[in-house]
Order: sequence, then C-alpha cells, then structure tokens
Amino acid sequence: MAQDKPKLKLAVYWGAACGGCCVSVLDVHEKLLDILAHADLVFWPIALDIKYQDVEQMPDQSIDITLFNGAVRNSENEHMAHVLRRKSRILVAYGSCAYLGGIPGLANFYTKEEVFRRVYEESESLDNPQKIHPLPENEVTEGHLHIPSFYNDVLTLAQVVDVDYFIPGCPPQSERLVEVFMDIVNGSDLPLKGSVIGASSKVQCDECKRKKSDKKGITRFYRPWEVTDDGMTCLNEQGILCMGPATRAGCGVRCVEGNAPCRGCYGPLDGIGDAGTRILSAIASMLDGKEPEEINRAIDSIVDPAGTFYRFSLPGSKLRRKVS
Amino acid sequence: MPINDEARVGFYICHCGHNIANMVDVTSVAEYAAKLPNVVLSRDYKYMCSDPGQEMILKDAEVFKLNRIVVASCSPLLHENTFRNATAKAGINQFYFQMVNIRENASWVHEDKELATVKAKDLVRAAISRVVFHKALEKKKVPVNPDVLIVGGGISGISAALNIANAGKKVYLVEKDPTIGGYMAKFDKTFPTLDCAACILTPKMSAVLKHPGITLMSYSEVAAVEGYVGNYQVKVTRKPRYIIEEKCVGCFACIDACIFKEAKFSDEFNEGLSKRKPVYIPFPQATPQVVLIDDKTCIHFKTGKCPQSCAKACDRNAFDFDQKPVTQELEVGTILLCTGFQPFDAARAPYYGYGRYPNVYTSLEVERLVNASGPTGGNVVLRDKTRPKSIGIIHCVGSRDEKTNKWCSRVCCMYSLKLAHLLKEHTDAEIYNFYIDMRTPGKGYEEFYDKLLNEGVHFIRGRVAEVSDWAINEHEKGKLVIRAEDTLIGMVRRIPVDMVVLAVGIEPGKDAQDIRRVFNISCSNEGFFLERHPKLAPVETFTDGIFIAGACQGPKDIPDSVAQAGAAAAQALALIDSGFVELEPNTAFINEELCCGCQVCINLCPYHAITFDETKSVSHINEAICKGCGTCVAACGSGAITQNLFEDQQILSEIYGLLVE
Ligand SMILES: Cc1cc2nc3c(=O)[nH]c(=O)nc-3n(C[C@H](O)[C@H](O)[C@H](O)COP(=O)(O)OP(=O)(O)OC[C@H]3O[C@@H](n4cnc5c(N)ncnc54)[C@H](O)[C@@H]3O)c2cc1C
Ligand code: SF4
Ligand code: SF4
Ligand code: SF4
Ligand code: SF4
Repeated sequence: MAQDKPKLKLAVYWGAACGGCCVSVLDVHEKLLDILAHADLVFWPIALDIKYQDVEQMPDQSIDITLFNGAVRNSENEHMAHVLRRKSRILVAYGSCAYLGGIPGLANFYTKEEVFRRVYEESESLDNPQKIHPLPENEVTEGHLHIPSFYNDVLTLAQVVDVDYFIPGCPPQSERLVEVFMDIVNGSDLPLKGSVIGASSKVQCDECKRKKSDKKGITRFYRPWEVTDDGMTCLNEQGILCMGPATRAGCGVRCVEGNAPCRGCYGPLDGIGDAGTRILSAIASMLDGKEPEEINRAIDSIVDPAGTFYRFSLPGSKLRRKVS
Repeated sequence: MPINDEARVGFYICHCGHNIANMVDVTSVAEYAAKLPNVVLSRDYKYMCSDPGQEMILKDAEVFKLNRIVVASCSPLLHENTFRNATAKAGINQFYFQMVNIRENASWVHEDKELATVKAKDLVRAAISRVVFHKALEKKKVPVNPDVLIVGGGISGISAALNIANAGKKVYLVEKDPTIGGYMAKFDKTFPTLDCAACILTPKMSAVLKHPGITLMSYSEVAAVEGYVGNYQVKVTRKPRYIIEEKCVGCFACIDACIFKEAKFSDEFNEGLSKRKPVYIPFPQATPQVVLIDDKTCIHFKTGKCPQSCAKACDRNAFDFDQKPVTQELEVGTILLCTGFQPFDAARAPYYGYGRYPNVYTSLEVERLVNASGPTGGNVVLRDKTRPKSIGIIHCVGSRDEKTNKWCSRVCCMYSLKLAHLLKEHTDAEIYNFYIDMRTPGKGYEEFYDKLLNEGVHFIRGRVAEVSDWAINEHEKGKLVIRAEDTLIGMVRRIPVDMVVLAVGIEPGKDAQDIRRVFNISCSNEGFFLERHPKLAPVETFTDGIFIAGACQGPKDIPDSVAQAGAAAAQALALIDSGFVELEPNTAFINEELCCGCQVCINLCPYHAITFDETKSVSHINEAICKGCGTCVAACGSGAITQNLFEDQQILSEIYGLLVE
C-alpha cells in the first residue's frame, strides 16, 4: 500500500497569476483527499501560512514536486522560482502563465513605463494627483521600505529556471493533475524531462465533435454574439474565430462543448516555436477571397488580432514582446 | 551556430572566371569558411563546374571523409544538378549538398568588393548551418503514360499530332471548333512563298483524320485535368453536333433540305461575310467532314415545330436531336497546348472606323475575300458589290501601341505585304501600305518585300491617325480618307481610298486564362502562355509534362509555329521514351499521428495533391503531385506537415546562420 511509503512533499506556488490555478488544485474536490493521503503540502501561500524564510531553510531537493503557477514578472517571482528550483526534485510549470506567459504576458505588448502610466496615472478608478509610481526602495517615516521590482518583460518560468514538466491550461483541467500526480505516486515511468504533460499530442479539432469540411471559406469574422451558432458546424466555418486548429487538446474541448470558441489556452503542439503565427497562418488559410480587398476586409473583422492570436503565449513565443 | 557532430562539410567557392572573383574576395571567404563549425575542408577554385572541379569533390570526399558538400558559385538553376551529381558520384547522398548563389546574389549585384565579400560570407555561413541538418533523400521514379493529349487543332496542333503519331504514339487531338485547321484554313495564300494554304494544309488535316494513332475529338473541350507529369487524367467534353459523327458521310443533302431555303445566319468561318443555315459545315474541306446543327438558330431547338426536313433528307439516319454534351475521360502522360491566338478586335481602335464605315475591313475578312473558296469566290468586291479602285492597308492595328497592345504581332507586316500583292492581283487597284516600321525578319521575307516594292504598291511610313469619310475636296468625296503623317517626307497626308484593310494584331486567345487554370500553367504579362525559359526552354512550361507550341505562346507565323510544334513533340517523345520521370523529393508529407483532420490544407494546394481519408480522418498528400510549394506546411495549425529539404530545423538554422556570426 502506498501508505507504507514515506509521503511525498508537495508545494504549490504562484507567481504573476490570477489565483485560478490554485483554485483548480482545490477543484479536484474530494480527490484532494487522495492526494493528501500520499502527500504532505509543505508550501501553498493561498492555503497555508508558511513563510518564504521557511522554504529557504528547507534542505535542497527536499520537496518532491512543486507546482509553480503564474508567470515571472517581478523580482519576487524570480527569487521564488530560484528557491523552489533548488528545493524541488520535480519543478512543474503549472498552467498557461508559468508555461507560456499567459494572460499577464500580454503586458509584453507594452513597456514597463506604459503599464505604470496606465495603472498609476490614467486608470479610471485612480486618485493619485502626484502621479506617484511604486519604487522598489523607499524611505518613509516608518523606515526603509522594500518592495519587489517590476520587470519590463513578463517571462515564462522556463526562461528563468530549469523546468521539468509543463502542464498547460488556464487553468489546467483538474482531472489531469490528479492523473499526473497518481502516476508519480505509483512510480510509473515518468515522461521525458521537458515534456508537456496532462494534455494531448494533437490539437483541439481532433477531439472536437463539430462537423468540419474542406470548405472553410471565411469571408468575415463574427464575435460569438453576432451570429446564431448552429451548434453543429465547426465554429471557424461559421466565421467565429476558434483557436482549435493550433491549440493542444487535453481540456476535453471544454469551450467548444459549451458553444464558445477555443481561446488557445493549452498552447501549441510540440516543436511549434510560435503559437501566434501558427494559428494566424492556419486562420489566414481558411479565408475566402481572391482580391486583396476582400481578404483585407475579412482580416479587418478580427478584433485585436495580436491579443487574440497571442492571448496566452506571447512571452513564450519567438516574438516574445513588442519591441518599443 | 547550430552544430551536428556527425557532419563533415567540404566547402568550395568558385571564381567563375572573373564573374565572382572580381567582386568577392574568394580566398578570404574560403579561409573564413574553413573556421566554421563542422567544416573539414575549404577550397577556392577557378571553375567548380568544370570536370577537374567536380573531380576535386570526388577525391576530397574520399580523403577527408566528407559527408556534406557546399558549393558557393552561380545559380542553382544553372548548376545545382551538376554538383548534386558530383556529390552522388562521391558516394554521398545528393541531398547532402547545398548551393550558395554568390554570383547573382553577391558579385553581380554589388559594387563594393568588401561588402560583397561580407555578404558572401553570410550566405555561406547560412548554407553551412543548414546543410548539417539535411537528410538523405531519394528521387522517386514514376512511369510515363505514352499517350499524348494535344489541345487545339490549328497548324501547330496538327503538326505536333502527326509528329508524335508517326513516332508510334497514341494521340488525342481535342479541337473546340467543329473542324481542325485553325486560322491557316482561312487563308488563300501564305507568305512569303505565296503557296496555296489549302494545298499544304488540307492534306495534313486529312492525314490527321486517317491516322490510326490519332483520335480526333472535334467540337470538344477539356473540362478538367488532374494528375501529374506522366500520369494525367483528363476530362473532355464533346459538345452535341446533333449528328452521329460516325454515320455522316458529308453529302450535305441535309443542308439543301433545311426548312430555311435561304441561308440566314452569319457564317463564322467567312468572318460574317456570308450566311449559312442552322445545319451546316464550316467549309467544304472541314475535317472531320461532318455537318452540325447550330441549336441557337435551328427551328427545332427554338420552337420544337420544325418538320426536320434535314433529318428526313439524310439516308444514313445520322441525326440525333437528343444529343447531350458527353464527357469522356482520358489518361495521358504528356499534354501539348496549341490553342493559338485571337485577332485584335478592330472595334477597339475606333479611330479607324471599323463597324462604322462598311468599307473598312479586317485583314481576316480580306483573307476570305481573296480566297477562291471564300464568300465571293475570290472576287474582291466591296459590300455594295463594286470593285475597289484604291485600297489602304494599315499596319500595326492594335499592336505596338500603349493604348492597346504594346507588342509587335510579328506577322502583320508580312501578311499585309501578302494581301497587298493579292489585292493588286485581284483588283489592279492602287494599293497604299501604311507602316510604322517594316518588319520582315525571316528567310525570304525581306526578298518578298523587295518584290512588292517593284509591284507598284505605295509604301507610306507613318502611323495612321484616323480613317474618316469627311471629304475636304471633290477628289475625296464618297471615299474613305486615311490621314497619316508621312515621316519620310515629314508632312501629314490624306489619302482617299475605296477600301481600308486593318492589319489586326495577334492577341492571346480569349479563353487563354481559363485554359491556364485548367492546365495549371502560367501566362506572361500579355496573357500568352509562359514558357519555362525564354531561350533555353521555349516550349516547356513550369508544369512538368505540359508543353506549349504555336501562337498560344506568342505571336508567330506558320513556319515558326510548325517548328515549335516539332520541338514540343520532341520534348514529349523524349519524356515518353525515357519511360519514367524522376520527382524532386522536396515534397511535403503529413504525420498522421498529428493530423487532426481539420482539412484546412486541402483546398490550399494549388496542385490538388491533398485528399482527405474519411476512414482514418486524416489528410494525405500524393507525393507524386506535390510540387513542394510549402503552402500547406505553413497552414497546418498542428504542424503535422513537413516538407523535405525545408524542415523547420533546416530553415531556422539557415536563418540563424545568416544572422549570427
Ligand atoms: C490575317 C492573318 C494572316 C496571316 N497570314 C499568314 C501567312 O500568310 N503566313 C504565315 O506563316 N502566317 C500567317 N499568319 C499567322 C498564322 O495565322 C499563325 O501563325 C498560325 O495560325 C498559328 O497556328 P496555331 O495552330 O498556333 O494557332 P491557330 O491557328 O489559332 O489554331 C489554334 C486552334 O486551337 C483551337 N483552340 C483554341 N482554344 C481551344 C481550346 N480551349 N480547346 C480546344 N481547341 C482550342 C482553335 O479553335 C484553333 O483551331 C496570319 C495571321 C493573320 C491574323
Ligand atoms: S476549429 Fe474549433 S470548432 Fe472547429 S473543429 Fe476545431 S476546435 Fe472545433
Ligand atoms: S431541324 Fe429544321 S431548321 Fe433545324 S437544321 Fe433541320 S431543317 Fe433546318
Ligand atoms: S491542416 Fe494539418 S491537421 Fe489539418 S487536415 Fe491538414 S494536415 Fe491535418
Ligand atoms: S507543399 Fe504545396 S504542392 Fe505540396 S501538398 Fe502542400 S500545398 Fe500542395
């Protein structure tokens, strides 16, 4: 029985994240008890009161598995990435932000200055007449203040430390997490270092039950509320921009099953350097129209193309960021 | 720089005499390359393509145990095969070779030797980074179907068909009109020898009909073509003649019996200068000798209320009013396109009054007028049946003109001289030829011009401004006045004449663009079919196994059309006799493990190489059809499609090599 084996030590940490990944860990519901039967949670800021210093004092390699979610966007995230790498046997980039940069990664379309100006000067809900920006170090009456410094770039976890596995998803499908975890507990052969786990090796369309044909013929794109989906035909063939053709499957085509287009959170397949250009060229290949004007008209109906095609993957792509 | 431990690269840079060495410091490039990772050996040499150059690769490969070869020299179009062969002879797979074009891309296009040398080094570095990731590939061989399709039965198609059939091959000759012969069939005489067109053409037409190796499909068009060199599947649609071809013997009893006692409808073959009945034959020697019914004018088809006296007159029961278009499938290995030209539409040059003044004719109409079997039996009379006493022939109508066609149509000067001679002979009128330049290049052509100069024909050098009936004196009254600047005497002249002949130019056929699409070939800017190389491959196209000949490739006279037809026939025969074709392995293939069956790729392929396998729910590329254009590779969201010689790693290493020193 597994109980006889020493329990595994498990850590969950968040970098630049929304919290959804941590919730997805909780989302395994009663399966969490199975996990806890085999593992002790040694660090999990959202749930446990364990301080950074406590982690820093753990012996190196003493944590069996760390699920690191969130991107790396400031010095605190980076510091903890290094600490957790040192302390963990297996470091997993958990969720799209840690894996590819995710939604926070869209900030790479702006510079640090632009982000600060928007947030600390222009935001509608702001009252900052002196236009004060945060400073990493500051003298205040209470003494010397120290806060993490904000980077110009949002980075993926692997751009900062060596990563063993990647679990995609925004957030990852909780069932997948349990499967992977139980594999580790049961001592099954671990996948090759550097692999994407808990997901398929094919794209969404492979699992999608919608009817697809060779007649794509898109003449313009619609936002989902602009057309009545017939519920059967491939969304792209109906002009609703779906990232399925270039997005790794593994979620169970959840969005499309719920009649919403795939947004691409599972990222590209192996060996595809740049998810954005890949989906862009797949989508462009579905356009109908011989004349440049017809094609331009179709393309103009895509709202926020850069944000759409790189929604989850900008920092991890070849493009990485907008060069200012 | 990307490294592959197993790769041992031999690098050679060619001087190309002075072509490269003058602008690129070849020794410095060779020294530079020697220090790059994976490079075992680096040399420069005067002429790499020479035998000693190739021998050097052979010897070095053995001594230095090379397994990759890079040659920096001229264009791959010129010598890629040379060096691939040398690589193969050296016992190395020929696709472990990469060529760098430092002549067209560096030495010939730059003026600063230092910078040109830097560029050459960059290009060399890129090639070396790439070649180490090349894979060993094999060229596939596919057999060539020996049957040939020829489209268009003008003099080009006829000549090619006879050439090929005489070599013992099966030919399908598809002609869209009811008869073969093309434009030549309309002429009375041909320049420069003035031999009778019918006398030299009709024997060839009947030879085509009688040849056991030729299947003539007249009144038919090619609807679709699939497949690839050596193995084309062709769909030919035969239009209904409403006559059973095999039964009709060409007695024309039906024509006499037609309910229309008088011919009422414009006769296309006579350029509308005469009338025909709904049941007709284009001209007496039409081949095949089979009548047809024009369903747009026939009473039966218009009202269903004709007693069908034509059919009743036919003692062979050849009529079948229920005929429908029939589509027939052919399998051939090679295709010759001989679809000819169309004459410039004179109405597009309104200043010459065609269509406005009855006595303005096109050259083709005049070809019919002077023809003994034409609408007037060779009697040259105007529309009011009077004989013209003065005739102006205007050259270059629609040609050499920014407003219409820029090109010279090549045959108009010569046929205008011919018509001048014939009109003189038939009418003894005063003949004026208005020309911009007299273009008579060709065997016996200038001599023909000399002959005309001595026949009392007037030659006026200058572009005609307009033709009008606006008389400014008695002398001009009732005549057509040709106004032109005579550039030899430097003044504007007005020449009143009874008849004007417009020497209309040669244009791409009106369905050239449709034909281009069906056969997947290209057209040049003017719209004529594009040859693979203007000098070295004038009858080949960019689609293997498809050849072009005659006026569809560009303005041409009969001797040149026949010569091209011979060349195209020889090319087709060479392909057939080699028995098989080798296919470049730069094709794409689909990894079924990755393909999600989205079918994005299918309709993108310009060559229809991709099909969907319903049972496996994956797409499949027919390698024999794939031309390696890469379109599908870029489109596949799964990255399931890989193209040989253009794998991601190869391309990315090449880019890396180019950008990073
Ligand atoms: C007024 C005039 C006078 C001329 N006089 C002379 C002369 O005296 N001497 C001389 O050497 N040259 C002369 N020429 C040039 C001569 O006409 C051409 O060189 C010759 O006709 C070219 O032959 P071809 O077979 O390439 O084309 P064409 O004669 O145009 O024949 C093409 C054939 O293809 C058929 N075709 C077209 N499209 C299709 C299709 N899609 N499917 C099936 N069939 C198709 C057509 O119906 C036609 O039968 C003259 C030209 C003109 C305009
Ligand atoms: S594009 Fe979207 S809707 Fe269409 S098949 Fe793929 S996942 Fe399904
Ligand atoms: S059906 Fe009548 S109109 Fe038609 S060809 Fe025969 S006789 Fe003439
Ligand atoms: S585009 Fe790619 S995934 Fe889609 S059918 Fe073609 S090969 Fe398969
Ligand atoms: S590479 Fe080009 S030719 Fe080959 S299958 Fe793909 S689209 Fe067709």
